[in-house]
Amino acid sequence: MPTHLHTQELPARYSLHGLVTRLLRLRPRTTTLIAATTLLLIVLMALFAPLIATQDPTALSPTSRLESMSAAHWLGTDAYGRDLFSRVVYGAQVSLAVGVGVAFLTVLIGLPLGLLAGYFRAIDAVLMRFMDGLMAIPGILAAIAIVSLTSANLWTLMIAITVPEIPQIVRLVRSQVLATREEAFVEAAVLMSTPTRTILWRHLMPNTFAPLIVQCTYVCAAAILTEATLSFLGVGLSSEIPTWGNIMSDGRTYFQLQPSLIFCAGLLLSLCILSINLLGDAARDSLDPVMKRKEG
Amino acid sequence: MSTQDPVLHVDALVVETTDKTPKQILKAVSFEIHAGETLCLVGESGSGKSVSSLTTLGLLPPGSLRATSGRVLLDGEDLLQATPKRLIELRGSRMAMIFQEPMTALNPVLTVGKQLDEVLACHTQASGAERRAQVLDALEQVHLPDIQRMYTSYPHQLSGGQRQRIMIAMALLLKPRLLIADEPTTALDVTTQHQILKLIRELQEKHGTAVLFITHDMGVVVDIADRVCVMNTGVIVEQGPVNQVLSSPREAYTRRLLTAVPSLTPRPPRPERGPRRVLDVAELAKEYGVSKRLFNGWRKPRTGTRAVNDVSFHLLEGRTLGIVGESGSGKSTLARCVMRLIDPTGGTIRINGQDIADLHPRGLKPHRGRIQMVFQDPYRSLNPRITIGQSLIEGPMNYGKPRREALAQAEELLQLVGLPPDAIDRFPHQFSGGQRQRIAIARALAMEPDVIVADEAVSALDVSVQAQVLALFDDIQKRLGVSILFITHDLRVAAQICDDVLVMQRGQVVEYGPAQQVLGHPQASYTRQLIAVAPGRSWNFAAFAPAS
Repeated sequence: MPTHLHTQELPARYSLHGLVTRLLRLRPRTTTLIAATTLLLIVLMALFAPLIATQDPTALSPTSRLESMSAAHWLGTDAYGRDLFSRVVYGAQVSLAVGVGVAFLTVLIGLPLGLLAGYFRAIDAVLMRFMDGLMAIPGILAAIAIVSLTSANLWTLMIAITVPEIPQIVRLVRSQVLATREEAFVEAAVLMSTPTRTILWRHLMPNTFAPLIVQCTYVCAAAILTEATLSFLGVGLSSEIPTWGNIMSDGRTYFQLQPSLIFCAGLLLSLCILSINLLGDAARDSLDPVMKRKEG
Repeated sequence: MSTQDPVLHVDALVVETTDKTPKQILKAVSFEIHAGETLCLVGESGSGKSVSSLTTLGLLPPGSLRATSGRVLLDGEDLLQATPKRLIELRGSRMAMIFQEPMTALNPVLTVGKQLDEVLACHTQASGAERRAQVLDALEQVHLPDIQRMYTSYPHQLSGGQRQRIMIAMALLLKPRLLIADEPTTALDVTTQHQILKLIRELQEKHGTAVLFITHDMGVVVDIADRVCVMNTGVIVEQGPVNQVLSSPREAYTRRLLTAVPSLTPRPPRPERGPRRVLDVAELAKEYGVSKRLFNGWRKPRTGTRAVNDVSFHLLEGRTLGIVGESGSGKSTLARCVMRLIDPTGGTIRINGQDIADLHPRGLKPHRGRIQMVFQDPYRSLNPRITIGQSLIEGPMNYGKPRREALAQAEELLQLVGLPPDAIDRFPHQFSGGQRQRIAIARALAMEPDVIVADEAVSALDVSVQAQVLALFDDIQKRLGVSILFITHDLRVAAQICDDVLVMQRGQVVEYGPAQQVLGHPQASYTRQLIAVAPGRSWNFAAFAPAS
C-alpha cells in the first residue's frame, strides 16, 4: 500500500527536519530579544547614571582604599577609594557616547564619500587609493597617533576612532552604488535629465541603507572596544573620568587583591558589545533580500 | 516490462508550500510519458511546470515545498518513497536533466572531459580508458567539433550552444530512460535553439529516451512535442497529441494561449503619417577597446571591437522600426548609442534634424525629452523605493513642469496605459511584470517624446501579457503619433509591430526595408536563415492549422 507507506514515512522524516527549521527560526528571535533588553538596560543606566550611582564617581577617599563589597560600596572601592559601582555606572555614558558618536560620524563622512566614489570614476581613482592607504594602518595605532597630536577629550577621541573606521563604510557604500547605478531605473533617470545630485540622493542613496545599518552596528561595537582599549593603554580620556577602559586600567595592578576591579567593567563591556553585534546580525537577517525571499 | 508501460507516470501529484498556511502549487497533476516520446509541459510563469520536474527529480527545495500526496512512478518505482541515496543512484543512471543556463550547471574550474568522466566514475565500474572512450563517443554524438580539444576545454572557452551540447552529452552518458529538459533553449539564440532541438530529437530517436520537455514557447512545442500538457496555476488544463491540442483546443485557456502567439506573417503595411524624419541615424559606429591616450608614441594603435559598424537608418513620425538580430549583433549597443547612454565613436544621430551624437551632457538636455526608452526587465526599471507617481513626475518636473500639473498628467497617463488612477500612490512591488512595463511606458510618455526606444521591452513577459503590451504600443502610437524604435530578437514580435525592419549581424546592417519585404521576401541569406529557424514556423497559431 504505497499511500499508507507514504503517510507513515514522510512525517517521521519531516518532523525532525521541521524541528530543526523551527529552532533555527526561533533562535534569532529569542537572542535578539535578550540582546535588545540588555542593551536597553545599559542605555538606561547611562541616561540615569546620576540617579543610579550611589556616590560621586570621582570623589577620592584615601581612607577607604580597596575595600571589598559592602552596603556603602556595593562593588567595593578602587586604589584611590573611589566607589566602583558609581564609576562603572558612569562609565556606560562614555562608552555609549563614543559608540553612537563614532557610528554617526563615520556615516556622515563615509556615506557621501562612498556615493561620490561609486558614481564618479575620477573621484573613485583618487579617493579609493587614499582609503586603501588608510586601511593599511592598524586602527588602534592610527587612533593613538591622532590622540597624541592633540589633548584627549571626548571629541578628539571620537574623531581618532572614526578616521580608521571610515574606509570600510566608503567601500561598502561604493560597492552598493556600483551595483545600483547599472539598474535600468537609474539609466531612466539619466534619460529624463535628472540632475546628478538628485540621482545620487533619490535613486542611489536609499538603496545603500540596508547594508549600511548593519555595518553601523559593527562600527558602533568596534568603537566602544577601541575606546576601552585606548583608555586601558593610558592614551584615552584622563584617568579621573570614569570609563570602562580606565577602570580596568586602574584595577590592573590590584587585580589579584580584588578581581571585581576588572571583572565588573569587563563584563559590562562584553555584554554591551555582544548585544550590539547580535542586534546587527538580526538586522542583517531581516534586511537581507535573499533571506527574505527564502522565508516568503 | 512491456513496452506499453509508461517510463514516467505522475499520478495525482499534489505539492504544497510548507508555510503555516499551505498553498497548493500543484493540484492533483497527472501525466505519463512512454519510451521514445516527448511530452511538452507548456505554461506561463507560475503555472507549476518547473515544480513538476523538480518533484520528479526529488529536487524540491526543502523547507519551502513538499509533495503531500500522489505518486511519481519511474518504471513503476515510486520516487516520492525513494530514499535520498536511491534518488542519487537514479539521477544520472535512469533519469537526467538539462537546465536553462548551462554555464551555471557546469563547474567552471574543471575541464569538460573531467566533468563527464566523473559521471561515469560515480555510476559505473568502467576503467579510465573505457570511460575516456565513452566520453569521447558522447561528445561525438552531440556533434561537437574537434572532440579531443573539447575534452580538455573549460566551460568558459565554449559558446552557449556548445555548453548546452555538453550538458546533453552528460545527461545521456548513462543512457537514462527519462530526460527532463527545463527550458533548455530559452537562453540561446534562435539558430542555436534550432540546432539543439534537432539534436534532442535525434538522440531521442536513437536511444528511445522518454523526454519531459518544459517550455513557455508554443513555437518550440510545435517543433519538438509528440504530446502536450497545457498547465495553468498548478492544474493541467488540457493534454493530448500535439496536433490535436494545437488544431482543436478544447479549453478556452489553451485557445487564449495559442491566439496570443504572434504570427510570423508581417502586419499589412500602414499608410505613412507624414514625411517628417524624427530620427535619422547615419554611419553610426561604436568601437570598444580603442586606446584614447594622448601619449601613445611607441605603442601600436590598437584596433578595438566594432560593436556597431556603419549603421544608417531613419524613422518617420508615427512609424515603428524593428531592429532584429541575435545576441551579440550589436542591437542593444545601437540603442544605447542612440539614447546617448554610451558615446558613439562615429556617425550622426539626428533627432528632429538636430545632431546629438557629439553633444556635451549639458547641451543634450533639451533633446533628452524627445527620445525616451522602455527597458527589458520590468523588475529593474522602476526604483523600488519611490511611488509610481514620483517616478512618473520626475521627468516632467526636471523640465520645469509644476508638480500639480505633472501629477494630473501622470494620472491621465496611467489611465492611458490601462492602470487605475490610484496606482499613483503605490510602490512598484505591488504590481505584476506586465503592469510594471505599462508604468515604464507611461513614464516614457510623460516626457511627451517623439521617439520611444523599446529595448526587448516584451521579451521578459509571458506570451499573453506580451500580446497586451504590444497592443498597448500600437494603441499609444495611434493616439499620440509617437515613433517607436523596437529592438527585439523575436521575429514574431517584429512581424506584428513593425512597419520597417532592420536586420543586424555582428554590428552591421544585413538587410533593411519594409517589414513585408524583409520578413516576407528576404534577400539576405542571413535573414532567410533566421526566418527558417524561427520556432514553430510550420504552424499558424491564429488559424489553428498548419502554416500554408
